[in-house]
Amino acid sequence: MSLSETELLNAYRRMKTIREFEERLHVEIQTGEIPGFTHLYAGQEAVAVGICTDLTDEDYIVSTHRGHGHCIAKGCDVPGMMKEIYGRQDGLCHGKGGSMHIADVERGMLGANAIVGGGPPLAVGAAIACRNRRNGRVSVAFGGDGSCNQGTVFEALNLAVVLKVPAIFVFENNGYSEHTGVDYAVGSHDIAARAAAFGMPAEHCDGSDFFSVHAAMARALAHCRAGGGPYAIEAHTTRFYGHFEGDPQLYRAKDEVRRQRETMDCLKRFRAVAGEHGIALAALDAIDADVLKEIDAAVSAAKAAPPPAESALLTDVYVSY
Amino acid sequence: MAQKSMRDAINDALHLEMARDPRVIVLGEDVSGGAGGTSGEREASGGIFGITKGLLPKFGADRVIDTPISESAIIGAAAGAALAGLRPVAELMFADFVGVSLDQIFNQMAKFRYMFGGKTTCPAVVRLAMGAGMNMGAQHSQTIYPMLASVPGLKVVIPSNAYDAKGLMLTALRDDDPVMFFEHKALYPRKGEVPDGDYTIPFGQAALVREGEHVTVVALARMVAFAEKAVDAVAKDGITCDLIDPRTVSPLDADTILESVENTGRLVVVDESPPRCSIAADIAAIVASRGFRSLRAPIQIVTAPHTPVPFARELERAYVPSPGRIEQAIRQVFKE
Ligand SMILES: Cc1ncc(C[n+]2csc(CCOP(=O)(O)OP(=O)(O)O)c2C)c(N)n1
Ligand SMILES: [Mg+2]
Repeated sequence: MSLSETELLNAYRRMKTIREFEERLHVEIQTGEIPGFTHLYAGQEAVAVGICTDLTDEDYIVSTHRGHGHCIAKGCDVPGMMKEIYGRQDGLCHGKGGSMHIADVERGMLGANAIVGGGPPLAVGAAIACRNRRNGRVSVAFGGDGSCNQGTVFEALNLAVVLKVPAIFVFENNGYSEHTGVDYAVGSHDIAARAAAFGMPAEHCDGSDFFSVHAAMARALAHCRAGGGPYAIEAHTTRFYGHFEGDPQLYRAKDEVRRQRETMDCLKRFRAVAGEHGIALAALDAIDADVLKEIDAAVSAAKAAPPPAESALLTDVYVSY
Repeated sequence: MAQKSMRDAINDALHLEMARDPRVIVLGEDVSGGAGGTSGEREASGGIFGITKGLLPKFGADRVIDTPISESAIIGAAAGAALAGLRPVAELMFADFVGVSLDQIFNQMAKFRYMFGGKTTCPAVVRLAMGAGMNMGAQHSQTIYPMLASVPGLKVVIPSNAYDAKGLMLTALRDDDPVMFFEHKALYPRKGEVPDGDYTIPFGQAALVREGEHVTVVALARMVAFAEKAVDAVAKDGITCDLIDPRTVSPLDADTILESVENTGRLVVVDESPPRCSIAADIAAIVASRGFRSLRAPIQIVTAPHTPVPFARELERAYVPSPGRIEQAIRQVFKE
């Protein structure tokens, strides 16, 4: 499926928004104003956006502890996200969730998840809902390379095949789970092959290339919408920062990130081929400037926003009790 | 005596026992860290909380085992290794992840000895970092020890300071039953006097942190320091308290608590967990049934509310029992 100029510009805008959001958080976290601990998605933008570009609000995604990119790609309100990360009353989850629990069900975003492997079974459930509604919608489970070693993920992969539901398992292989390299932790070294062994089509794609991810996702969507059951994609990517903010990254070669910022930056790579897709660099420059302003405004608004009232502590445990 | 953090105290215990007993192994995610990394640094973390630092270089990869993210398999492997004669220490990282591995804990390791008619032991230690106060959100902040304390076959240890943590860990490592060792994250950096050498603290023996005559206060983990503040504050008004830290909740030293209530007639129990089916509720029930005649006022429990742990600073502060709330409860039972 080839994308229109507007769609391509939107995709670039989302990737740039994620990048700027995360680069800015990296700076703001140093001030100590942001509570808790934060996992940045910078470096992986092409995966979230390549996967979500053709999704609608009726399609579902489940996310991970590294969820900011998935949220933005799925259309979550950016100022609302920023406020949530600052723990503010009118954050997307009223300050109760924080960075690792941003959710926006109206956008089909069923939540970031701080339990590694917690998401894929949820995605299978949402895929059952999609199948039963027969509306051509799909459910996407994002997970890292580390998550593929969790029993819950194995169970979800098999269940999706058994039930033949439109679930798409996206494994973002960024080379590390916390401080452990993927070649150590994933015994077979091939996550897509592992998914395939459960009985679904699975493919690798270049996670720093929006077009590569988008093409893989187009095949996945066609397969799911034709009633073919689940599909898996392993996207090879990298993270530009530590596992969480404050990680000294002793496990990583000294100049690894610097090199990867040169060769694996999805924004640079998008720009490099923009002309072939009829996109003028000036249009991208204009987006860059816009996004900078938006993120600036989101940070200022979040800083100025009021915290939740103490009474909110006791609400929302149940619908009724 | 050396001043050491609770982090270093537990690390000390692991070093000592691994050197003494070759059967002790450590396994978990990033217990050394760096496996498969690109820097060649083979101990890149020593545990996310630094508790297992220095073990890999000293004891090698056969005994210090980095695992994939697979909590069921980590805990299950610890249980199996224990059945086969090793003495494993499994690091679960955040206590909340017990959810992923619960079967291996409560259907497997907890029950072997009983189901097999007393013919086996399962000497595994599971280390769980727990507690709110760092804005880590609903899935990284819980104190789920009441759930595990309710399971027959498990021992549950909850140290409140560095000295106890080391002594209790050495006991845990030498105990023949499965031990759930809860470490409050906020206590890791807190320093106390810790001897360098080997010493143990028996399970089921409470510590009397303060002595007094008017009110008995029982508190666990981080709540002990909060209760100390409250107890010292009311002392200025002439209200004196016994402050009891049970240190282990399974087994529980109920006798020390009952004896104290016999003298004071008044009880406040402080617990960071939500109130229903909590250790606070459990201790209150024990005293209400076995110490009823000593009581001169209704028992007060000071706990977190019946909610998940919230993220925002203001909400989390309201969630965690504070010295102020403990002080209020002491004054309340004293008045009645
Ligand atoms: C059940 C569970 N185990 C462990 C953790 C701690 N943890 C958080 S993120 C992470 C690594 C995840 O690696 P991966 O799936 O590759 O995702 P990435 O961080 O690379 O995005 C670990 C071990 C957790 N949050 N939940
Ligand atoms: Mg990873």
